Amino acid sequence: MGELLASLMRGLGTGGVYAMLGVSFVIIYRATGVVNFATPALMILGAFFTGYFGVSIGLPFIVSVILAMIVLAAIGLASERIALRPMVGRPAFSAATVTVGLFIVFLVLAGRLLGSELLVVNDPFGLNTLDVLGARIFTVDIARLIVGLVAIGLVGLFLTRSRTGLAMRATAFDQETSLAQGINVGRMFGLSWGIAAAMAALAGAMLVAGSSGVETTFALVALKALPVIILGGLDSIKGSVVAGIIIGIAESLTRTYQPQFAPWLGANFDVIVPYLIMIIVLMVRPYGLYGTKEVVRV
Amino acid sequence: MSSATSKSRHTTRGRPRLYTNYASEMAIFNTGAKRLWILIGFFALVILPFLLDRDMVSLGAKVLIFAIGGIGLNLLTGYAGQVSLAHAFFLGIGAYTAAVLGGEARGGVIGLGWDMAIWLPLAGLVPAIVAAVIAPLAARVRGLYLAILTLGLVFIGEHIFKEAKPITGGAGVGRAPAEPVFLGFDLFANYEVFGIEIDRYTMLFFTCLVIFVVMALLARNFTRSRFGRSFAAVRDRDIAAEVMGVSLLRTKTLAFAISAFYAGIAGALFSIVIGRISPETWNFFLSVDFLAVIFIGGLATITGSIMGAIFVVMLPQLVNALTRYLPIDPGVGGGGLLNVFELQSIIFGVLIVVFLIVEPRGLYGLWLRVRNYFKAWPFSY
Repeated sequence: MGELLASLMRGLGTGGVYAMLGVSFVIIYRATGVVNFATPALMILGAFFTGYFGVSIGLPFIVSVILAMIVLAAIGLASERIALRPMVGRPAFSAATVTVGLFIVFLVLAGRLLGSELLVVNDPFGLNTLDVLGARIFTVDIARLIVGLVAIGLVGLFLTRSRTGLAMRATAFDQETSLAQGINVGRMFGLSWGIAAAMAALAGAMLVAGSSGVETTFALVALKALPVIILGGLDSIKGSVVAGIIIGIAESLTRTYQPQFAPWLGANFDVIVPYLIMIIVLMVRPYGLYGTKEVVRV
Repeated sequence: MSSATSKSRHTTRGRPRLYTNYASEMAIFNTGAKRLWILIGFFALVILPFLLDRDMVSLGAKVLIFAIGGIGLNLLTGYAGQVSLAHAFFLGIGAYTAAVLGGEARGGVIGLGWDMAIWLPLAGLVPAIVAAVIAPLAARVRGLYLAILTLGLVFIGEHIFKEAKPITGGAGVGRAPAEPVFLGFDLFANYEVFGIEIDRYTMLFFTCLVIFVVMALLARNFTRSRFGRSFAAVRDRDIAAEVMGVSLLRTKTLAFAISAFYAGIAGALFSIVIGRISPETWNFFLSVDFLAVIFIGGLATITGSIMGAIFVVMLPQLVNALTRYLPIDPGVGGGGLLNVFELQSIIFGVLIVVFLIVEPRGLYGLWLRVRNYFKAWPFSY
């Protein structure tokens, strides 16, 4: 019972981070129709800047996270303006390949900034645990879930309640019509990249928090948000939250119970569980749980 | 095929674009200049290994292997429009098929020690069969969904490679590749032909060259066939293609299988060049390398795949040569602004972005511009 509860809570925590990364993908996909493969590198850069402001300069965790999000939002805006804007009107996959190029550039940049050290952030959680019903629960997992839900809730509020959010949704719905209505479509693209990059930074900071240090190749963890958005639907924020938590829990339960019940599947099997779920979902529901079905015309 | 060799008399009289029959217009080498340059290029490739040191010869073999794999990915992504990030997975299957059939049983791994004449075709066929099994699933999804699905395949494949210890040697350990013994003729021994010594690196280069020429010609011919045209139809408008009687499922399955065949052959040869193969070799980044080959080289061109392969493989050498003029640390440690490996990766990433924005047709597009400039000279078009 204790083991199950601890495993579930860890899954919820990871799920919260996956949901944030998923939302980061979804915002860009909705606005520009591009899957941003640079997200993992943006995430690791975000974690680096959190560590830089927190450890090297010595600011409190919350301040350093917010500063890192601002830096990453600027990077997001800049990369949209320089690399993605010229790709408007070109095939979606060409634009997605541009983001693969950005991924390589940012990953090298992060590796260079980090040097030979391990990446740490000065989070207040560490390896602290709480005892709930006999289960040892890491406080960082609770923080991940809460931060994830609050951040996604704020983005949701912004999109549904604010004037700019309305303009962003209109752009996502129909670019030409929004242009005709006086919306600066290019600025909406930039804004969505900014928000998405800030979201990735927050996810990175929360993912590195509570660990004893990671390397830059840790960035590939963020690719697990791709199964999340496939399961939730490429254009649904609600889907990202639900699917993030499902994938997080599935992964965590596999890590706890698979060595015990199915050791023949091999070590670290939990790493590929999200991808297996994704392939099954693509077979059954190609547009995910909440995604909009694509209408195709000749 | 026969039209490729039939010669139109007009091409020899300085009127290269006048065709008097369909066969000569459809020929692969339809102008005299093409034939001449192919001939020169081929002789250059035959002589080159004797003029270069053995590191460069190995690098040359790697270029040819990347060209084979690149052509495979280009058939799938460039011609049939099916984006795949799973290319590294199929390269891996090819490499391990070859290693199991043609390798040596040592250190707990399976190795049957068969001849290259058996393992080379099978190294292509086994990945092709795996791809044909997976393709019906992949055919259900389109565009970016397919990219994400194939990305999942790479990670699942890497896990399987790490766990299948009797075949691959396991994570971090790896195994020796297949032995290149073709019909009892050991390609790794030193030979002397007409007083010229041929070492194993040169031998390997020639082996790759022969396979490359055969596979490039096959691909070029394939794209001109009925199936090649059905690939293009599926890429340009899949529903319209289906309405006209092109079976989407069959075409996509064929595209995946052929692409995997090329990947498998490339993987088997690649494993011989690098000497020892570990499961981590066949990862996401290798797939990205191949995407870079076709995007930098030029989508839907065979020549472009070759140009892209030369570029991607030679880029590190180019960067090494440039380091003398740039404020970077030529070593591997810290110190300068960037070290060599970081600079290579950054240039690689930036070039993918720049080519897609500035010249979507890639290096082949650049070459077309140059060629058309001189062809139309002194007019602008």
